[in-house]
Amino acid sequence: MSADHLPEHPDFLWRNPEPKSSYDAVIVGGGGHGLATAYFLAKNHGMTNIAVLEKGWLAGGNMARNTTIIRSNYLWDESAAIYEHALKLWEVLPEELEYDFLFSQRGVMNLAHTLGDVRESIRRVGANQLNGVDAEWLDPQQVKELCPILNISDNIRYPVMGATYQPRAGIAKHDHVAWAFARKCDELGVDIIQNCEVTGFVKDGNRVVGVKTNRGTINTEKVGLAAAGHSSVLAEMAGFRLPIQSHPLQALVSELHEPVHPTVVMSNHVHVYVSQAHKGELVMGAGVDSYNGYGQRGSFHVIEEQMAAAVELFPIFARAHVLRTWGGIVDTTMDASPIVGTTPVENMFVNCGWGTGGFKATPAAGLTFAHTIATGAPHQLNKPFALERFETGALIDEHGAAAVAH
Amino acid sequence: MLLISCPNCGPRDETEFHYGGQAHVAYPENPAALSDREWAEYLFYRDNTKGAFAERWVHSTGCRQWFNMLRDTVSYEIQSIYRMGEPRPDAAPAGTATITTSPEGAQK
Repeated sequence: MSADHLPEHPDFLWRNPEPKSSYDAVIVGGGGHGLATAYFLAKNHGMTNIAVLEKGWLAGGNMARNTTIIRSNYLWDESAAIYEHALKLWEVLPEELEYDFLFSQRGVMNLAHTLGDVRESIRRVGANQLNGVDAEWLDPQQVKELCPILNISDNIRYPVMGATYQPRAGIAKHDHVAWAFARKCDELGVDIIQNCEVTGFVKDGNRVVGVKTNRGTINTEKVGLAAAGHSSVLAEMAGFRLPIQSHPLQALVSELHEPVHPTVVMSNHVHVYVSQAHKGELVMGAGVDSYNGYGQRGSFHVIEEQMAAAVELFPIFARAHVLRTWGGIVDTTMDASPIVGTTPVENMFVNCGWGTGGFKATPAAGLTFAHTIATGAPHQLNKPFALERFETGALIDEHGAAAVAH
Repeated sequence: MLLISCPNCGPRDETEFHYGGQAHVAYPENPAALSDREWAEYLFYRDNTKGAFAERWVHSTGCRQWFNMLRDTVSYEIQSIYRMGEPRPDAAPAGTATITTSPEGAQK
C-alpha cells in the first residue's frame, strides 16, 4: 500500500456574491450539512434561488475538525436506515458531484474488550445484517490479520476480545467533500455567502419571514438551521429551545508516517479511534470534554487519555509525535441521536444534534433536510428524528448502542 | 485543564471533579400534574448558554461534595464558585441566557 496521491489545491470553485435582498430559502451554516442541504434543494426540488449563510469561512467549523470516519453500523433501525442511506450516497457522490474526494472504503473495526462489549457487538452485527448493513464479527486473530499493528496479546489492561467490522465503511477528505458540494451548489445558482453572521430573525407572528445578518436583513420564505454547535444560540434568537448541550470535542494528528494502518480502528472501552489519513498522519479522537463549551478547545488531559489508549492498542505509535490538536463544538442530545425536522416557528426548520458523528451523515442529512424544507414535511428517513420525540418518549437511544461512546 | 477551587479543599485539577450540568434546576413540585411538554422540559431541556453559565460540579476524588460554579462557556474562565443552595451571584435571573452575538464572540 502506498500513500494516496492528493490532487493539487484547487482554484476558487464558487463565487463570493453579495447577499440579495430576498431568497426562497436561506440555510444558516456553510458546513457540510448546510452545503449538502443546499445542493439537494437545488437538485431534487428545483429551489435555486437560495443562499447559504456562513459566519466564518466555508466549512471552517466541525467540517474542518472531524476525523472523517464514515460508517453505518448503528444499532437501531431508524439510525441504521439514515446512516446506511448516507453511506450509499457517499458511494455515488464522487461521480455525481464530479469530484473525487477520496472516499476510501478501507473498513471500520469496532473493538470489544469486555464480555459485555462482545455481547453488545455480536448483537449489533445481527441487527446490522437484518438492516442490510454489511457487518461481521471478527475473532482476535482475524483482527490481527486485518490490522497487523494492533496489539491483541493479553498483556494489556483490556485485551482485544474481538471486533465488529464494516468493510464498506472508511474515510474521506473532509475539505474536498465541502468543496465538491460548494462547487455544485454554485453551478446550480446557489449563493454561498461567507463572513455573514446571523444576528436575529424577522418574524410575522409565529412565521419567520427574514434573517438579520451583519450584512443586512435578508427576506426569505423559509429558513433551515444547520449550525451544529451554535444551534441553541440560533434557536434562542428565534424564540424556541432545543434539547441540546454544546461540548468541546478534541482530536489530534501525528506528523506524517509511511502507511502502517490499513483500516479504521475504534475502541469504545479503551476509548480512542484511529485512522491514517491519505497524506500519512495518524488521526485520532475520542469523547467530548465533560463541560459545556463554545471555545473550540478543551482540556489537555482528554488528549493525553486518548494518546495513552492509542499507544496501548498500537505499541508502534509510542514514538510518534503529536503535530497538532484542536477542538470543535458538538451539539449533543440526551439520546445521542440528531434532531431533523420542523420547529415551533413556522417555516423554520432545524438540522442539529448530530453530536460527535455528523460528518458521516452529511449526504443523508442534506437529502432529508432539503426534503423537509422544500415540502414542509419530514422525509421517511428523518421522521423518527423529530423534535417531538422528547415529548412523546420515542427516543432513539444510541448512547453506547452506536458502537462508540459519546 | 481547568484549575477548580473546591470550596472545601482548595484549588485542584479538573480531573478530580465531575460535571453536573446546569445549576438551579428544581425538581417539579408536583410531577404528576405536568404535561408531556413540561415533563420533557424538565428531563431533556437545559440552557445551553454561550457566555456566563451557572453549573454544578462535584469533587469526586476529594470531599465528594457538590457545589456551583459560574463559568464563561467561551473563554472557560471561572468567574465564581458558590455553595449549593446559594443564589447565582451575578443576580441574573436563573434560566436567562447571555448570548454573545458580537463578532468578537463569534466562532473564528
